[in-house]
Amino acid sequence: MTEQVMAAIDGSRFSEGVCDAAAWASLALGAPLTFLHVNDNHAAPEERNLSGNLRAGARERLLEELSLLDEQRAKVAQEQGRLMLQAAKERAIEDGVAEPGTRQRNGTLVETLEELQNDMRLLVIGKRGEGAEHDGDHLGSNLERVVRTLHRPILMVPDAFKTPERVVLAFDGSKTTRKGVEMMAKSPLFAGIPVHVVIVGAETGDNRSQLDWALKTLRDAGHEAEGAIRAGEVEATLRGYKEEQGIDMLVMGAYGHSRIRHLLVGSTTTEMLRRASVPILLLR
Amino acid sequence: MYEKMKLSWFSNLKGDTLSGIVVALALIPEAIAFSIIAGVDPKVGLYASFAICVIIAFTGGRSGMISGATGAMALLMVTLVRDHGLEYLLVATLLTGVLQILAGYLRLAELMRFVSRSVVTGFVNALAILIFMAQLPELTGVTWHVYAMTAAGLGIIYGFPLLPKIGKSIPSPLVCIVVLTSVYLLTGMEIRSVGDMGELPDSLPVFLWPDVPLNLETLMIVLPYSLMLTVVGLLESMMTATIVDDLTDTKSDKHRECKGQGIANIGSGLIGGMAGCAMIGQSVINIKSGGRRRLSSLIAGVVLLMMVVFLADWVSMIPMAALVAVMIMVSIGTFSWSSIKDLKKHPMSTNMVMVATVIVTVGTHNLAIGVFVGVLLAAMNFANKVGNILYIGSEEADEGSRRIYKVVGQVFFASSEHFSGAFDFKETVQKVTIDLSRAHFWDITSVQTLDRVVIKFRREGTEVEMIGLNEASATIVDRFAVHDDPEAVEKLMGGH
Repeated sequence: MTEQVMAAIDGSRFSEGVCDAAAWASLALGAPLTFLHVNDNHAAPEERNLSGNLRAGARERLLEELSLLDEQRAKVAQEQGRLMLQAAKERAIEDGVAEPGTRQRNGTLVETLEELQNDMRLLVIGKRGEGAEHDGDHLGSNLERVVRTLHRPILMVPDAFKTPERVVLAFDGSKTTRKGVEMMAKSPLFAGIPVHVVIVGAETGDNRSQLDWALKTLRDAGHEAEGAIRAGEVEATLRGYKEEQGIDMLVMGAYGHSRIRHLLVGSTTTEMLRRASVPILLLR
Repeated sequence: MYEKMKLSWFSNLKGDTLSGIVVALALIPEAIAFSIIAGVDPKVGLYASFAICVIIAFTGGRSGMISGATGAMALLMVTLVRDHGLEYLLVATLLTGVLQILAGYLRLAELMRFVSRSVVTGFVNALAILIFMAQLPELTGVTWHVYAMTAAGLGIIYGFPLLPKIGKSIPSPLVCIVVLTSVYLLTGMEIRSVGDMGELPDSLPVFLWPDVPLNLETLMIVLPYSLMLTVVGLLESMMTATIVDDLTDTKSDKHRECKGQGIANIGSGLIGGMAGCAMIGQSVINIKSGGRRRLSSLIAGVVLLMMVVFLADWVSMIPMAALVAVMIMVSIGTFSWSSIKDLKKHPMSTNMVMVATVIVTVGTHNLAIGVFVGVLLAAMNFANKVGNILYIGSEEADEGSRRIYKVVGQVFFASSEHFSGAFDFKETVQKVTIDLSRAHFWDITSVQTLDRVVIKFRREGTEVEMIGLNEASATIVDRFAVHDDPEAVEKLMGGH
């Protein structure tokens, strides 16, 4: 199977933005687009029976009850998923994608995406799922796990999507982001879109030469590129830069630090995702 | 990892907490009852259930499954405790833990695929019968009060959940125990209570090393028991894991579970608890009460210990009749009643395996022996059936001077007799052709039988020619995993 743009959708309000973003990416990359809806049919039951007793045939009866419950839920979820996929497909066709595909799988989102990632060129996903739609500032429970699990680029859409006109690349000279620069230079995704390369850190000779390398790489590939070095805290600085320059998409490496550090001080990536108001493209 | 941990521990907080408490309440009478079966103080079983529940929450391979002191294990310990005492039981428990960890690393859980469904059903039924039988001493030679109390207890256990609303929010075994204890205390009737059965935990458990000489003699005493405990513990744990897998439609890590059971048993032995394993009834109760994740097992263990230690005086006043009622419920709930209905539908050979497992287990009080007999019978049944898939036909050729035998099917130890019997050695022919291209020789017995057939023909002066021997004997090779390659399977099993 050829590598494709996959867009994970569900019933949340983020799904429309995901549709548009996926359509844009599919057209720009010239890669086929597939919408994916995942049914997790085995969430714990809402109703509980705390009677704590065992009747004759308790095992068989419990199995029957639980399967019946799952079956009913799964049928509804399947039907809803089909409708959502249909709607997404229509929307993508309106956006100009010729033949968007749809796929429905059973399982948890993270496991399913992990299984499918070999067919994946880019994953487009919303900030939160339908389970956590109104949690304000929080990330959906799945997003961080998805980002940590997959080894593919992920485009996270916080809300409505519009075709980006100015993109910023968060650059720190690390291996991941250097690869990111090369990817951006080559990728048809950003053809004709001006790229701002920003290093958050002190104005040192090393940072300067890193930045020059990045700008040269991008310009050699025919991009319009600008650079800046800003001191400060990563998330706030990038946010400031974004507002100042009217940036409408952010490209960055994901989870550069160890998990232990993450546990202690939190992660820049998580912070960026949580506060995001424009789409973020995460490179792995 | 952090996310995985969150998912396997805290993704079902409310359900796990409530179910953990329900399970803890149900664990107390069981742990006491199983201690009595094993012939030790109730505190041995209670500490064991606490330790195993808590440790397995971290080390187990099947979330949502409940482990603790069990009847199957208790039955195996009776003679060890009687002849050598508690300290040796603790050593046996530690050794069992070590052996189970070893079994986990050797991936012995793979062997479970040789345990057929009928053997599992037989195991479960035998277990239920043994738990029931273990209650009989409490019901013989006693006054009518005990019968009345037990009957009332059963009435509450099965009747209470029918009440609207509260029936499904308060565990009925708990109601049974509270009501019967109140009646017992108020009337002051002369019946036995838990306090009469031995010591209850009066403090949090402490770490202790069994007081026995660490020498070969000790090892020789405990080893046979430990081996049995290892086998039965893992068997019941694997079976329970499969049941929980089915109920929740999720997967478990059986090898991790083996190691986890081992670690839990070592922990139990070190705080003065007996060996235990997964509990079928409790796991079903946990799932039914909404428990799914590791947290449920941890809460069950912690709540159990808190209740027992802080309410020890009250626990000692629970009349035995209440425990008997709860254990009868466990035995009724564990028994697979549908297997009795199925006796009519299932083939005789399958029924025989199930019934034999039950009879041997109940006769020996040893589930390991019962399962062994069941597996053996099932294997023999299978060999017998496959051995019947063998056809040998023949036709004359060259105007009666030659006979061609065609062999189609499976030739192995169980069918080689049939194979050699199908040739007519008395017929005088110059030449015999044996076409083996559609036969399969599975073992050395079948090859030797073929050799004998050839020799016998030669001794009659008949020349023997064989066709397709190489293909037929390809199946003797020990390693041919071809089940994931349809073409290879076709090549091996088809018409060559």
